[in-house]
Amino acid sequence: MGVLTDWIPNVIKYASQFPQAIADTLSMLLISGAVSFVFGILLAVVVVVTKPNGILANKPVFWVLDKIINLFRAIPFIILIPMLLFLSRFIFHTTIGVEGALVPLIVGTIPFMARQMESAMEEIPKEVIEASISMGMSPWQIISQVYLRENIPGMIRGVTITLIALVGQIAIVGSIGAGGLGDLAIRYGHQRNMTDITYVVVFLILILISLIQAAGDWLVRKTTH
Amino acid sequence: MIRLEHVTKTFKTKDGNVHAVKDVSIHVKKGMIYGIIGFSGAGKSTLVRCINLLERPDDGKVIFDGKDLMECTPKELREERQKMSMVFQHFNLMKSRTVFENIAMPLRMIKADKAVIDKKVMELLELIDLVEKKDAYPSQLSGGQKQRVAIARALATDPKVLLCDEATSALDPQTTQSILKLIKKINQEQGITVIVITHEMLVVKEICDRVAVMEAGRVVEKGDIVPVFVNPMQEITRNFINTTNNTEKIYELIEANHPLTQLSDKQQMVRLTYAGEATSEAMISKVSRECNVDCSIIYGNVEVIKDSPLGVLVTTFTGESADIKAALELLKKEGVSVEVIRRGRID
Repeated sequence: MGVLTDWIPNVIKYASQFPQAIADTLSMLLISGAVSFVFGILLAVVVVVTKPNGILANKPVFWVLDKIINLFRAIPFIILIPMLLFLSRFIFHTTIGVEGALVPLIVGTIPFMARQMESAMEEIPKEVIEASISMGMSPWQIISQVYLRENIPGMIRGVTITLIALVGQIAIVGSIGAGGLGDLAIRYGHQRNMTDITYVVVFLILILISLIQAAGDWLVRKTTH
Repeated sequence: MIRLEHVTKTFKTKDGNVHAVKDVSIHVKKGMIYGIIGFSGAGKSTLVRCINLLERPDDGKVIFDGKDLMECTPKELREERQKMSMVFQHFNLMKSRTVFENIAMPLRMIKADKAVIDKKVMELLELIDLVEKKDAYPSQLSGGQKQRVAIARALATDPKVLLCDEATSALDPQTTQSILKLIKKINQEQGITVIVITHEMLVVKEICDRVAVMEAGRVVEKGDIVPVFVNPMQEITRNFINTTNNTEKIYELIEANHPLTQLSDKQQMVRLTYAGEATSEAMISKVSRECNVDCSIIYGNVEVIKDSPLGVLVTTFTGESADIKAALELLKKEGVSVEVIRRGRID
């Protein structure tokens, strides 16, 4: 204990802050990850099927969605946060804490997730889609049985990448008072110059990312035939 | 069973329009194996994809079992497609599903009973001789096995027609033979009409009843297989036929001025093609006897197409030019097609 007090005095001093910070980070990750997954996949399906030569090709729908996704991916996250304050206020009646952070996290992650899911679906050979059409499958059957079934490993890889990117953004929302590990690192590590807190936060985030990556890899192996 | 009337399909590309299929009309009768042959880019794949409307023709009619597919609603079209299965060059199996699930898929899509599906899939697995692989994934199969599974999947909904788009082109010769045998067996035992797209004349020769030859988007020649083989009208057809035997070799020998091809004054080199009852040796000796010419055979090839022999002989006739002429006339009368390849100097 004495060694720890020497090495990371501030971490020991403020140890009671850590459990809450970890819990906040995890809950932001899970909630915004899950919501982005649902909407990201929906968006990706619509983009893939409405593409020119898609099974339900529809130029206007595709064009609009494609541009919206690009637009939101183009806005730097740090700018997206203040832009969406009004929406947070409207939905959660607050702009701080975990709830206040969810809106920018979700809005920022959906387009990223959608592109990841889209590229996973695009990896399914066009010929397999054709085979499905030639079998007389309906568009809905092709979506549920082929697009959402035939490249699950690719989708898991996409989710893994998205979640890891999301961890980074959760640290950023810490700066606007969302709580979580990023918040600790900024308020204590940076603003009060307690660098040992920063190091420990980085270490904890590293563990989190490694766990996500390991889980993703394991699932990919499990689902690859 | 299938009637294409004046089907035309043009693709727009950056470099202008590509007329993939131009005014093609073919009629495929029930129970027949119909071959469509052409080099790559001839439009044959586009044509077959027009049959199940994977490509919608710009013009013309596609009539399947009396129904104009171009007039169908999407739902009707899906129902028709279940009666008209397709087999692809690269198999296009679902890699996340086992062999069993792949074959069961079309049945699941029409919500067949589980018991019905199990029974049907097991029957098909027996047909393709892969029962022991039923729980394997496509990545664990060889090319030939994958194509067998694709064929079984195509047969799951008891279709009336099987469309094979270069189904053997990615397979080695031996596997090709076994797949062709399977297709023929399906055609004979279940009476399924088959349309085969290929660039290999061997495939046509093995299994087809009729053939259409495509070049630059058009059907340039079509007919029953034996007449087409015996008496091809188009250069391209001849080229295809020559890929299945090595009678073309003689032209190379001539070009190289090989001793075998050097003729004296009284000699002519003739290529004889005959089919059916005419048998070579009797004819040759008859001609030789009656017309006072000597025949020597330089090269001979006999193959069996649709149970009827087709022979090609390259012979040198030696004799007076009038006698040789008479001999050739006699051969023609016997139903042999005659082509003089080279004459001795004097002639």
